[in-house]
Amino acid sequence: MVDISLATLLTQVFTGLVLGMIFVLLAVGLSLIFGLMTVVNFAHGSFFMLGAYFGFFLLGLTGNFWLSLVVAPLMVGVFGLIVERLLVRPLYGRSVDDPLLLTFGLSLVLIEAARLIWGKIGVTFDPPRELAQAVNLGFTMFPVYRLFVIGVTGAVLLALWFFLGRTDLGLIIRAGSRDPLMVRALGIDLGRIRLLVFGIGTLLAGLAGVLAGPMRGVYAEMGVTIVIESFVVIVVGGMGSLAGAVLAGVMIGEVVSLTTLVAPKLAEIMVFVVMAIVLLVRPSGLLGEAGLLE
Amino acid sequence: MSGIRAHPVAVFLAFFAVFPFLVPYKALATQVLIYGLFALGFNLLYGYTGLLSFGHAAYFGLGAYGAGIALAKLGVPSVWGGVAVGLALASAGGAVIGFLCLRRRGIYFAMLTLAFAQLLYFIGFHLADLTGGDDGLRGIPLLPVRLPGVEISLDTPVAFYYFTFALVALAVAALKRILDSPFGAVLGAIRENSDRAAACGYDITRIKLLSFVFSSAFAGLAGALEALRLTVVPIESLYWTTSGQVVMMTLLGGAGTFFGPFVGAATFLVLEDRLSIVTESWPLVIGLIFMAFVLFLPKGIWGTLSGGLYGR
Repeated sequence: MVDISLATLLTQVFTGLVLGMIFVLLAVGLSLIFGLMTVVNFAHGSFFMLGAYFGFFLLGLTGNFWLSLVVAPLMVGVFGLIVERLLVRPLYGRSVDDPLLLTFGLSLVLIEAARLIWGKIGVTFDPPRELAQAVNLGFTMFPVYRLFVIGVTGAVLLALWFFLGRTDLGLIIRAGSRDPLMVRALGIDLGRIRLLVFGIGTLLAGLAGVLAGPMRGVYAEMGVTIVIESFVVIVVGGMGSLAGAVLAGVMIGEVVSLTTLVAPKLAEIMVFVVMAIVLLVRPSGLLGEAGLLE
Repeated sequence: MSGIRAHPVAVFLAFFAVFPFLVPYKALATQVLIYGLFALGFNLLYGYTGLLSFGHAAYFGLGAYGAGIALAKLGVPSVWGGVAVGLALASAGGAVIGFLCLRRRGIYFAMLTLAFAQLLYFIGFHLADLTGGDDGLRGIPLLPVRLPGVEISLDTPVAFYYFTFALVALAVAALKRILDSPFGAVLGAIRENSDRAAACGYDITRIKLLSFVFSSAFAGLAGALEALRLTVVPIESLYWTTSGQVVMMTLLGGAGTFFGPFVGAATFLVLEDRLSIVTESWPLVIGLIFMAFVLFLPKGIWGTLSGGLYGR
């Protein structure tokens, strides 16, 4: 057993929290999209990758990180709107497997397109100078940029919680996930709500991509492993539960980070071990309701 | 068309007996058989039972590594032994993973199968002593096939093709037997309406699990054959792209049709073969074609040609 000091442990806990934030952003978007339109968006990882590349592209163009942080996710969101309109919408009413198959094809296309446009080797994406330093947390020097990621995600989650829980539009989205037939009977155009939610979900994936770019590097396949891990987050947290996605996202982030400390090779595997245990003990997920959205 | 439908196994035998002489090179014909078998296994689960697995690379890979490790590392002295180990490993993996995945219904199932396949990929990647890790498992000997009284060398592409043909034909006959049995009828009932099948008193979780294990066994046999064909098991055998490949092949050919998997495997492999000469970005083209099929031709090539009488 390696000797681990408290300071190292705390540093890893913080690192895990940062990774967890990326998982949370992806899982919340996936969960929203799935909840309202029973679409499992396999291409979510590709939207994440696009966010990182758009951010990189805009940074190169303008030299302004803050601008790319805001505009790149918006670009991804607009692209998401187009995808929903042209590709996903024709599949409503068909088998729930069809959108998954379609978005799988889309992710292949987007990964290859990214290779064509930005090359096969990844690019590096530097955080802005203001955030490039490290700050003394008392037990360790921690990169400011990572704290910034935690802050931005926290703010976005708060805004999302307010939007879904406290506004009329949020109420419609929640009602649409629970009983779309009744919502339609009340005279609400669910088509436009679906478009909006797909846009929000992909925007969140794009934001996760821009935020992750400076930490993990930017390359065409960067979204694949992480989207599979985000599926795991949803299964563990319980589908359709925002709090579940946050809880499970942070948990999986910590599992990866803390396993890396003791046995780096097991880190990727532990994610799935946790999932298997949750499936055996609590099949509906930590905060999921049994039978919802199955 | 009606003759094809009445005696599909005979049609399979007749067509694939001459198939290597219809394609530009024998290796392609063998690949079509192997990937057709892989897709056949996937199709039993998706096309006939209605369960979309996005992690069938797991069972293909288990079959390939099982056969490869038995022959290259454990010194199993016969081809049959290697194939048997691959088949057993894939079936056992299918039973365990299937049991876990079937705890969730609907769309979770696809995500879970994908997640478990990724788990096996990471295990294969890190267990380099056994699997060769990133470099793949090398040094699989191509032993001669021993049958009572004869010993056949598999060194020539034609010999290997007919060895593969014999095993795939057995698998095709087995699939026909499964589909014609009462069990096969229940699979169709589950696909059409699993709640009603359950209400009829069938233990649908057990039946789905059995279908999952059969499906994994077919995929594992395909994997074992591919390991023998290449004498190498690349780590990509377990990667999500392999899972995606079998999904695309089956849908291109026609899910839920008897010949769809073979038609799809042939279409996919020929496309890959031709396109990769023209452009490095061939997955982009195949991805676009696949999306067009999902949108406009969901019954696939064979399903559309045969009028889709089997439904989806």
